[in-house]
Amino acid sequence: MESKTPNSLLSDHGKSVIEPHPVKRILTIVSFLMISFSGYSLMAETLQVCTTCKIKTIKEGVKNARPYDTVLVDKGTYREYNIRIDKPLVLKGVNYPVIDGELKGEIITITSDDVTIDGLFIINVGSSYTVDYAAVRVIKSENFLIQNLVLEKLFFGIYLEKAKNGRIYHNNIIGDAEEEYNSGNGIQLWYSHNIEIDQNIITHVRDGIYLEFSDNCTITNNRSSENLRYGLHFMFSNNDLYSQNTFRNNGAGVAVMFSKGIKMHHNTFKHNWGTAAYGMLLKEINDSEIIGNTFQQNTVGINIEGSNRVTYSNNDFIGNGWAIKFRGACYTNLFKENNFLYNSFDLSYNSKLNDNKFEGNYWSEYTGYDLDKDGVGDIPFRPVKLFSYVVNRTPEAIILLRSLFIDIIDFSEKVSPVFTPDNLVDNIPKMKRIQHDRN
Amino acid sequence: MLKILKYSFYDLMRSRWSYVYFLFYLLLGIVLLFLNNNLSKAVITLMNVIIILVPLIGTIFGVMYYYNSKEFTELLLAQPINRSSIFLGQYLGVALSLAVSLIIGLGIPFVFYGIFRSDAIWDFSLLLITGSFLTLIFTALAFSIALCNENKIKGFGYAILTWLFMAVIYDGIFLLSLIMFEDYPLDTFSLIATMFNPIDLSRVLILLKLDISALLGYTGALFQKFFGTGFGVLISFLMLVLWVVIPAWFIRHKALRKDF
Repeated sequence: MESKTPNSLLSDHGKSVIEPHPVKRILTIVSFLMISFSGYSLMAETLQVCTTCKIKTIKEGVKNARPYDTVLVDKGTYREYNIRIDKPLVLKGVNYPVIDGELKGEIITITSDDVTIDGLFIINVGSSYTVDYAAVRVIKSENFLIQNLVLEKLFFGIYLEKAKNGRIYHNNIIGDAEEEYNSGNGIQLWYSHNIEIDQNIITHVRDGIYLEFSDNCTITNNRSSENLRYGLHFMFSNNDLYSQNTFRNNGAGVAVMFSKGIKMHHNTFKHNWGTAAYGMLLKEINDSEIIGNTFQQNTVGINIEGSNRVTYSNNDFIGNGWAIKFRGACYTNLFKENNFLYNSFDLSYNSKLNDNKFEGNYWSEYTGYDLDKDGVGDIPFRPVKLFSYVVNRTPEAIILLRSLFIDIIDFSEKVSPVFTPDNLVDNIPKMKRIQHDRN
Repeated sequence: MLKILKYSFYDLMRSRWSYVYFLFYLLLGIVLLFLNNNLSKAVITLMNVIIILVPLIGTIFGVMYYYNSKEFTELLLAQPINRSSIFLGQYLGVALSLAVSLIIGLGIPFVFYGIFRSDAIWDFSLLLITGSFLTLIFTALAFSIALCNENKIKGFGYAILTWLFMAVIYDGIFLLSLIMFEDYPLDTFSLIATMFNPIDLSRVLILLKLDISALLGYTGALFQKFFGTGFGVLISFLMLVLWVVIPAWFIRHKALRKDF
């Protein structure tokens, strides 16, 4: 390289440094590329592992491989566990070879950067009450890719421990969990940042996806259903995005706790029925946004506790027991342009103080009129019914749901609010269901 | 008794009012199903109709029929016919014709809607069964009240009051007592209190069959456990049968002793 002229030093700050002669520069690049290519072809070999080959086990394959090699595993059954990948490798299965851990312990552990695992069928992960055995564990590594795996009969599925900049793509995790205390999670992140989790299907484990202390992750297009506890579980993880996921029929829905800057877009929360089930549970969530989601037929659509400055807009709440249940200490939240359709209770609120805003939502229970035909109802809507206040105080009173007496007292409360906060109103309720732009 | 029943039944089947009643249900069913594209909302509206309107109509019809056919009853009393069969026959004639109007009136639109091919058939039949039970119960109550009161106005008044009590006031007292005693465990109390009012009992039975059951949430687990099992349903239906049998027995008891 050329030495810097005084001129280039003057125009510093990295923007317009005087360039070396163009031809010289191209030559340098070409020569660099040639060297690196020849070096690469020397390093990147492909090793074959199959039941009739020279290399019969995956462990052996990994041991014999040099950094940046590819280990191809042919179809067959490999009874192995504690496979440790401590160098950059591509471990790729052809036609889904089976790795059977025979319930003895952890199966694959990755401790190196730049590892790719692709197309394996991993079964029989050992379970333990003291060690969290996983089908695939990544420890303190970067730039990994875990894709196209099928995991069955597992304890923990994919476990990331202080890992960074990785991608978990298109895996199928099918557990057989029966009790919470002796089952593990499908995908677990612990102190792992910048992880992308895309297009995975997770069923019958304890928590479908579990994040703890993991920032800047994106969770997209996953399907998490029939899990014992939560479809998705968030703890102390900030600035994450989850969008286009479906959470269906999980023990307690989705829990998002003690985090801030969470973006939740266009997810579907369906059929989370049960005595303590929610579509989504928010606890101590601040400065987040919940946009364009669908909450359908859950006992409680969203259960909100201690969450501030959260924007809820363009969501659909359809046929839930409670669309939104406030548990207290929630301030400066904004509910804008949501559809509340045929919920038994649209809103349950437990204090007389209200600092949350409701603007321009569509409420299927709204009975007002629109004389000036501008699409906005002329009289405000009060989403909190007296009966929901009563049920908060005396839960047994739920047995009187839809009784004529209850309709009468709800009506009288609507006319002159006594028990519910009188500023908890939607002053501009929409007359027609809002058609959301789903893009 | 069968002859009297047949007579009353055909008499009512020919009368204008059963047609009006039948047409009302037919229209309601059609409007709910074909003008409203949300089936679960339709079923909920239907439930409200069944637990409020069916008892009301049963009560009014029962009292009206008793007072209107009083002269004919006195004529029958002069014949060598058993008293209990006269009154029970009349009662069953009224109640059954009302129940038939209800079942056919609501049944036709639902059959056309394709209820036989859907899973909702059991929920729908539960709706019709509780509706028929409520008709039987409130007609019996109306007949008993009419038997006790010679004065038409008084009879009507008491009958309407009974309906009002069961449909509204009972729930008010129920709710008040729940709030007053909220420091005590109330699960069993609310179960029992529900059992003692046929309208509440029907409402809860229908609600639990709809998807709303899970909404009963944490406290609802107990209700669900009770009403959701075969035993609970059996007890509930036994309770409804008792609600028919006791007033019917009272009609017979009263009729045998009454001086006309």
